[in-house]
Amino acid sequence: MSSLSASQNSAPFEVSPGYWSGVIGRLRRDPVAMFALLVILALVLMALFAPYIAPNDPYRGQLLRRLRPIGTAGFPLGTDELGRDMLSRLIYGARLSLLMGVTPVFIAFFFGAFIGITAGFVGGKVNSLLMRTVDVFFAFPSVLLAIALSGALGAGIFNGLLSLSIVFIPPIARIAESVTTGVRKLEYIEAARASGASSMTIVRVHVLGNVLGPIFVYATGLISVSLILASGLSFLGLGVKPPEPEWGLMLNTLRNAIYVQPWVAALPGLMIFCTSISFNLFSDGLRSAMDLKS
Amino acid sequence: MYIAKRLLYTLPVAFGVSVVCFMLVHIAPGDPLTSVLPPDASAQLQAEMRRLYGFDKPLPVQYFIWLAKTVQGDLGVSIATGRPVALELSKALGNTLMLAVLATLIGFLLGGLFGFVAGYFRGGWVDRLASFISIIGVSVPHYWLGMVLVIIFSVQLNWLPATGAGPGGSADWAWNWLHVRHLILPAITMSVIPMGIVARTVRALVADILSQEFIVGQRAKGLLDFGVFRHVVKNAAPTALAVMGLQLGYLLGGSILIETVFSWPGTGFLLGQAIFQRDLPLLQGTILILALFFVALNLIVDVVQTMLDPRVQRT
Amino acid sequence: MIPAPLFSAQNLVKHFRLKGGLLGSSRGVVRAVDNVSFDLAEGETLGIVGESGCGKSTTARLIVDLISPDAGTITLGGKLLGKHISARELRRQIQMVFQDSYASLNPRLTMEDAIAFGPKVNGMSPQQAARLAHELLERVGLEPRRFAGRYPHELSGGQRQRVNIARALAFSPKIVVLDESVSALDKSVEAQVLNLLADLKAELGLTYVFISHDLNVVRHMSDRVMVMYLGQVAEIGTVEAIYSAPAHPYTAALLSAMPSMDPDRRTMEAPLTGDPPNPINPPAGCRFHTRCKHADTICAAVEPGLFGLPGEGHQVACHIHIPGSNHRNRGVEA
Repeated sequence: MSSLSASQNSAPFEVSPGYWSGVIGRLRRDPVAMFALLVILALVLMALFAPYIAPNDPYRGQLLRRLRPIGTAGFPLGTDELGRDMLSRLIYGARLSLLMGVTPVFIAFFFGAFIGITAGFVGGKVNSLLMRTVDVFFAFPSVLLAIALSGALGAGIFNGLLSLSIVFIPPIARIAESVTTGVRKLEYIEAARASGASSMTIVRVHVLGNVLGPIFVYATGLISVSLILASGLSFLGLGVKPPEPEWGLMLNTLRNAIYVQPWVAALPGLMIFCTSISFNLFSDGLRSAMDLKS
Repeated sequence: MYIAKRLLYTLPVAFGVSVVCFMLVHIAPGDPLTSVLPPDASAQLQAEMRRLYGFDKPLPVQYFIWLAKTVQGDLGVSIATGRPVALELSKALGNTLMLAVLATLIGFLLGGLFGFVAGYFRGGWVDRLASFISIIGVSVPHYWLGMVLVIIFSVQLNWLPATGAGPGGSADWAWNWLHVRHLILPAITMSVIPMGIVARTVRALVADILSQEFIVGQRAKGLLDFGVFRHVVKNAAPTALAVMGLQLGYLLGGSILIETVFSWPGTGFLLGQAIFQRDLPLLQGTILILALFFVALNLIVDVVQTMLDPRVQRT
Repeated sequence: MIPAPLFSAQNLVKHFRLKGGLLGSSRGVVRAVDNVSFDLAEGETLGIVGESGCGKSTTARLIVDLISPDAGTITLGGKLLGKHISARELRRQIQMVFQDSYASLNPRLTMEDAIAFGPKVNGMSPQQAARLAHELLERVGLEPRRFAGRYPHELSGGQRQRVNIARALAFSPKIVVLDESVSALDKSVEAQVLNLLADLKAELGLTYVFISHDLNVVRHMSDRVMVMYLGQVAEIGTVEAIYSAPAHPYTAALLSAMPSMDPDRRTMEAPLTGDPPNPINPPAGCRFHTRCKHADTICAAVEPGLFGLPGEGHQVACHIHIPGSNHRNRGVEA
């Protein structure tokens, strides 16, 4: 402790807290966002340590104990249509469901931000070419585009990820383009040009720092949509294939069980719902924490 | 002037959409013929079929042949049923349109109500409650909500039918209770999608209008709330209507999951079958029509909005 | 013999095409700067005045080569831009301070980083650049210990504008273009910043181009004044000549609209009415004739060039002063 206070005394300058520490500070005072973050962290931990948490093998079932109700001894959340332990399958399901829901947004963030920032900063013909191409994909409702692409490509984890990534590139590219165009017009970019800096340096120092934040916040808002869509693809028989545990696929295979064990059949959807609403609430909190005006 | 520009802008987008739809068949793994031909077809038959379907020509040529046919209303023949895709679509499209329009209306009314109340009592518990409901609306997987409603109202209470569009799985629609009761659950489920978004939009609009100075002054003077109410509705309506129009487009394109849950004989159900049976012509035709519908709806919304409020010119 | 000017702009032209017509066609051309020429002598302050949209800011951006002219030449120290001197070198010697103090600072950079950015880009070591930034902060009246680590939103408008001045000085420029740099500030703060600018000029031997719509401030700061109207020079001359004996009817009208504390100075000239015409389709002939009470037939037909008047470097673009122009009021004091 003494060394810390000593270094503070000798610090010659007043240093203001940076932008991001301000954002984190405001976020920590937002109970809803913090709760949502805790739920998300719990889900991630559940996915990572599924083999240690799950009480049973999620793949092995016995036809003799099919569709047991919630509260059955040894199977607290019942069993599915093939007699597999629901609790274990829901825990393992977090792995593929999170992977399929979250990854496409990050891939789309990377490509969409690249396309949009390039279009916004370069402007002119490059902008027109890139953004008109983006417009074509934006002209499809997102659900339809995801289903069209993965329907044509066929089922499978990779095809699902690819389709969803393509679906989320256009909206992110659009936001990135409009944010970058706005920043490009500001005078500090002109001032930087007047100092003789190259375009690459200006983008690195002055553009990226000011546009990546808003684009990222927008992208986090898409995670919840992506989760619902990803599980929706599996629900339609696209995306993840049986017997893998994935919430959307589980919902699909349990559809006929609603007449026998309705609440067991509804459980995977509840997981999707909780995950999706947590990401939505966290994204909302992040957005207001990053708003300097508030 | 703006309307002419908007029309001209739509053409290249529609062209691009048609290219994407055309390419769908060609990004599909394997030879597009494999789904048509028996696995033991001779090489000669394969070559014959290839020529017949035009698959031997270069892609751009194939595209323009396909486009020329499409413009004339020929969307090809479904592999699974052997009937023209256009015929299959025309029946399904009416069912989907009916469902989507009803869902949009319900969603708009509920969303508008929640949004208005939330924006009017901004910051209070009513606002927080309404905002929470709208967050639930945008976060809930609607296909799961459909299942839950079926569990409650069909399985447990046995009030409403779970699937289909008419008694005994009949696909012919009629406006009587026997048919309408099939529409209730899917329409309510679907209405949740636009509800959350409409509520958020209306809340922001109302809060914004109410914070304008002269309104604040009027409310401070305790002037009649009805005048304020009328002003708010008049100013919020164009944007809210635009959101509603766009949402209708999303629902038309996004109805596949809900139609699958309820076995509703619309375009989405058709699409589900096309995917299940790898019926690529049916997939391609359905997606093209739905996407063009969405493009056209976007255009109409923009034009109508510009006519209602010339200040708004979306680009 | 007059020494060669430090900076010279000859026949600068900058037109902006308005896009957005059908099929992206052009809807028209804004003649933002149309055949503008002027010189800067070392150590002087040239004021540029005019209504909004007259091309002041475009001229400023042309001087620092933020935009390149469609036609015309720029010479710095006798070296022609693009031939004898690179744009990069020119930008180092001519710096600019913008109007919006907030928009001209990157919200994510500390004041130290904002000032040090330019020198670092031009090859200075980070330690040296940081030291320079602290010296400059000190020089513009901001205590480095308190301000170096701060972000733009934590500073007042006047403090931010001091930082912007410091940033411009980081290159040891010969010329500083001040584009409405004090216009957005409170009057008391404005006076402090103006005093700082005057001190810096005296100490560092700077040359200023001072752009403002505030005629009182321009008079206070400038040695010479250039009056612009719709992208062209209406009149240019010493501050005394412009303010006490304006030759162009437009200058006279601008001055009469200027609030003055001294009742003797209040002119009886009718102030300007209406907005300036659309720069997309400027009037033919003299661009001011649509609002000029002395307008004659010649004014609508022939565009007047700059004509030298008796005073030192005093030039005016008005038919009244041009011999043989056929203006019926020729020779009458405007």
